[in-house]
Amino acid sequence: MQIAIISGKGGTGKSSITAAFASIEKNVVLADCDVDASNLYLLFTPTHEKEQAYIGAETAIIDNNLCISCMKCLENCRFDAISYINQKIIISDVACDGCGLCARICPTQAIMTQQHDKSRLYSGSFRYGKMVYGVLAPGEENSGKLVNEVRSKANIIATENDLAITLIDGPPGIGCPVISAIANVDGVVLVTEPTLSGFHDLKRIKEIADNFRLPAWVIINKFTINEKISSEIEAWCKKEKVNFAGKIPFDLVMVEAMTQLKTIIEYQPNGTITKKLKEIYNYIKLNINKQTN
Amino acid sequence: MLFKTHGDKQLKIAIASGKGGTGKTFVATNLYSVLQQNQVSSILIDCDAEEPNDHFFFKSISKTDKEVQVNIPVISAESCIFCDKCYEYCHYNAIFYLPSLQQIHVMEDLCHSCGACSVACEHNAITEKKKTIGTVTTYLLSGNYKLIESRVNIGVYSPVPVITSAIKEAEQQGIIILDAPPGTSCPFIHTVNNADYVVLVAEPTPFGLSDLQKTIAVLHILEKPFGIVINKSDIGTLAMSDFIQKENYDLLLSIPFDRSVASFYSEGKIMAEREEKWKEIFENLIDKIIETACK
Repeated sequence: MQIAIISGKGGTGKSSITAAFASIEKNVVLADCDVDASNLYLLFTPTHEKEQAYIGAETAIIDNNLCISCMKCLENCRFDAISYINQKIIISDVACDGCGLCARICPTQAIMTQQHDKSRLYSGSFRYGKMVYGVLAPGEENSGKLVNEVRSKANIIATENDLAITLIDGPPGIGCPVISAIANVDGVVLVTEPTLSGFHDLKRIKEIADNFRLPAWVIINKFTINEKISSEIEAWCKKEKVNFAGKIPFDLVMVEAMTQLKTIIEYQPNGTITKKLKEIYNYIKLNINKQTN
Repeated sequence: MLFKTHGDKQLKIAIASGKGGTGKTFVATNLYSVLQQNQVSSILIDCDAEEPNDHFFFKSISKTDKEVQVNIPVISAESCIFCDKCYEYCHYNAIFYLPSLQQIHVMEDLCHSCGACSVACEHNAITEKKKTIGTVTTYLLSGNYKLIESRVNIGVYSPVPVITSAIKEAEQQGIIILDAPPGTSCPFIHTVNNADYVVLVAEPTPFGLSDLQKTIAVLHILEKPFGIVINKSDIGTLAMSDFIQKENYDLLLSIPFDRSVASFYSEGKIMAEREEKWKEIFENLIDKIIETACK
């Protein structure tokens, strides 16, 4: 069973909740697919049993000694990545999309494309099973490909170690990395917060889950920050027939747990939030099981 | 007040954070509010095209939408001689090519609109059509102020063209606030790369510190000057302020956690309009930004 936890808006508590689910389930594959800002390894300090290089996008580089300033590359670049400054062709690393067209059409072969190989994929063991996470090198494009790599590695590890449950911590937003994180999972958990922004983003992310026909469950985190908006979200779930899994009150204890590098389940094993999260997790798991059977 | 005198030159300030939910939009909207309250010529651009939220915070008089389009190639199977040159040129595997069955077409979701296939084709089999990937909305606010929002359609491979179109809409003098998307990859890079100065909003938790360090690594590569705002400064640990001090980075402001602020903010309201104290906090912040950005 694969469960992806996503949120649309950042900072809703997605990773803390994913970490809590892992400590409730106790024997999982945990795939941190927030490759822009992977954080769960800080909490779980997994062993690095395996490190793999991930070959990401390419960028064009120019050898100005070979360049004859014919401007063919500049005229054909659709990304405004090439400029002519002080009688010299300059290719912007940032703007270059790596399509390689300039390198192909350069009459003097002054342009080459260079592969980026600084991003990494790590896998190892942690206190609740196995963990896979990707670290995108600074400035690298997040096309969703590294997320796919993390997920296929997680699948292999799940089979090899006979682990039935994979938890996927997804990236924020609604773009390709999110789509890669939720493709083909058995259930999606949408973590929102009772703010106008959180509500708006929940609607966008729900649309994505629907596009892929994935069953989704909503959790409202920090619901006591604004109980009015929280009830509006609940009412919306009811109206739109979205499964509502539960709500968690705002409590600084969540932050305290994280600063101690503990999950809330470990920090307050008998606390109210722990109790609530266990209820929510078991409810979601039970319902996913019902749907898949 | 420095910012009042700076209003006639252009200064682009990006408000960014690696981690989501640190208070980036909180800082951006409050800064924009004090600029308005002080009649400083300025524009706010919401560059978080995947989840734009700034519009909740301002009442608009009117709005105008502009579609953002990219060129997508169309291959005519009749003119195509199945030479496979376009297929070879395409770096994104976006051309479905089965010569044995005389099948060739573009898979639009994978296409990056680079134009390589059009250059490759020697038989005039490739033309281009427009595809809408998002919208740039200009909200007119009272006093001739503007909020420009980028919003990418769901399922588009990259929000970058929508973000850059939104930034291009703001061709005026004055202070331009860019509310950046979270993360450290392309959407973030294309936003901050357009800025003269970057304000990083971070929260002092282990996750927050790790993401701040990743973001700073990117800003170093881009050679962008930046300063840091610590939000919810009294929760979490001291590791972040120690780090900032050790590296000698500019700490622009520390905002302590206040639950009533969080509740007020959740309804799309601006503290700098509600309380004089907050107005002053953000006036001082913009002064400090200008002082640091121009030093």
